[in-house]
Amino acid sequence: MRSLVNRLGAAAAAAGALVPASVYAAAVEGQVQKQATNYEAIVMFLIFVLLTLGITFWAARRTKSAKDFYAAGGGITGFQNGLAIAGDYMSAASFLGIAGLVYTSGFDGLIFSVGWLVGWPIILFLVAERLRNLGKYTFADVASYRFQQTPIRTLAACGSLATVTFYLIAQMVGAGKLIQLLFGLDYMVAVVLVGVLMIAYVTFGGMLATTWVQIIKAVLLLSGASFMAFAVLAKFGFSPEALFAKATQVHTKGLAIMAPGALISDPVSAISLGMALMFGTAGLPHILMRFFTVSDAKEARKSVFYATGFIGYFYILTFIIGFGAIVLLLAPDANGAYPFLKAAPAAGKLANPADLIGGSNMAAIHTANAVGGSLFYGFISAVAFATILAVVAGLTLAGASAVSHDLYASVIAKGRASEHDEIRVSKITTVIIGIVSIFLGIAFENQNVAFMVGLAFVIAASANFPILLMSMFWGKMTTRGAVIGGWMGLISSVTLLVLGPTVWKSVLGNPAAIFPYDNPGVFTIPLSFIAIWFFSITDNSQTAQDERKAYEAQYIRSQTGLGAEGASAH
Amino acid sequence: MKENAQRILANPKFQELVQKRSAFAWTLSIAMLVIYYGFVLLVAFGKGFLGTPIGSGVTTWGIPVGLFTIVSAFILTGIYVNRANGEFDELNRQIMEESK
Repeated sequence: MRSLVNRLGAAAAAAGALVPASVYAAAVEGQVQKQATNYEAIVMFLIFVLLTLGITFWAARRTKSAKDFYAAGGGITGFQNGLAIAGDYMSAASFLGIAGLVYTSGFDGLIFSVGWLVGWPIILFLVAERLRNLGKYTFADVASYRFQQTPIRTLAACGSLATVTFYLIAQMVGAGKLIQLLFGLDYMVAVVLVGVLMIAYVTFGGMLATTWVQIIKAVLLLSGASFMAFAVLAKFGFSPEALFAKATQVHTKGLAIMAPGALISDPVSAISLGMALMFGTAGLPHILMRFFTVSDAKEARKSVFYATGFIGYFYILTFIIGFGAIVLLLAPDANGAYPFLKAAPAAGKLANPADLIGGSNMAAIHTANAVGGSLFYGFISAVAFATILAVVAGLTLAGASAVSHDLYASVIAKGRASEHDEIRVSKITTVIIGIVSIFLGIAFENQNVAFMVGLAFVIAASANFPILLMSMFWGKMTTRGAVIGGWMGLISSVTLLVLGPTVWKSVLGNPAAIFPYDNPGVFTIPLSFIAIWFFSITDNSQTAQDERKAYEAQYIRSQTGLGAEGASAH
Repeated sequence: MKENAQRILANPKFQELVQKRSAFAWTLSIAMLVIYYGFVLLVAFGKGFLGTPIGSGVTTWGIPVGLFTIVSAFILTGIYVNRANGEFDELNRQIMEESK
């Protein structure tokens, strides 16, 4: 351990010497501290980028039809898709965010892990196979199955775009911050880099490339995190009790890190956050899209089983890594030094967790350095960056599909667009989303990443999830109910988020929030369901009667897969 | 397709499949909701219990309870996939065969 840290110190000093003095000085003096350029990390990063670009070109040669582009030809197996879903889900917020939260607050990090995982069984039991049997490219195919196409697809596309945009901003900010700190690049340069790479992946390779990038990244992230957790536990003779005991001694919060803290204080927030995390998962367009890349309902089910296993395992790892960060970063090394902190604590005092270089979100990255040295540090940095890139590519593709498949092909061209036109619109949209997200990423530089992801989950749970669930389970639903309920969910969730404490008070600088809760899910999710119910049962028009009659055919197809899109081209 | 659909609807096996699968799926969903909201309510109202050490060490009850929630999610999906990919898919195959 001592020799590792010593070597690291020497490596950092050597790297620092190679950087022009002016850059170094600016980095030290600048408001946001930039790290000295880490060449090992950059080499690892370039290897990964070249590898994934190779996959993209390979996939581009195989992407011929719209089905290839949106759904990877429908030929992904359940196990591969499980890895890809896990890859989509193990985003910057999960890896860096949860490890950072555990590092700062201990047990509280576990609350988020649990909430993000338990949506999966619900998706499997109630949504996955029906979705696979009814859909083609986007979840709007399912939501609009027996309804009027134009209003439902417009609503679904807006819901998708709103969700994707908030999710994207969070990832762009996360990537920018990570690169700024790791590679010594400027924040703006880092954001532009992510945007350009993301456009390249999606435009050239489509879903096939995105899926393979996710699979590779998921394997690398799982192995890297496993090694870290293993190394942390090995230092304590594989006794979690010994790890926790040491953590409570070096953390300023002491024994409090072993119990729930201030994260969820009042019951309304607890239930609201719980609902948003659980049901939001079933309304995320980029996750729902993954069910169309497998051949049938059987593979769709298997993919959720594998995904739940991988994600659950990963969350347990991040919990151990977070505690590893406490004992490795906050305790003095063999020389009595604190190499990962901005300042050593005063004699006789415990180290302040907030002094971590780069902030608490860098806890996992520093821990990689502490357990595996500089090369492993580079590896984890590259994987963390690739994680964000891959999630961003998947999100962009979902947003692009919403525009090209739902808005352009079905609403504007009324089904007369050729496949070629549809793919072209999708690629143009990708470029636009890429450029917009670069600007938003720069504009939202100082926003909290975890909050932005939470925002995306509330919108998904309030706007997308209710129409999806009700259209599959409730035969009496009509277009009018779906449209009014969906729009009410979308508008109310976005409005209340803006009026809540985080945006209204912290971001916009108003003295007090108009709406008292950060997470409006407990109000907006039921509102959407009730509106769908009320405006459906009071709808006695002729079209409503016809739509109710059409439920039978949808019901049979959703249950048995009769007439479902197969793996072959349609 | 329309005739196939009518034959499927009339097939008692279809009613059996739908009934069994729905009952199974909702039972497991309710189990997951009870476990998860049990955990959330403990976080909201039962902090004392979650923060109580097990035995003489520092490890609290919150750790096994949290881990149990994570593991239960995986086990419940396993139980569902096992039965759905075996029993239910076989029944479904028979229904599709008989509808032709």
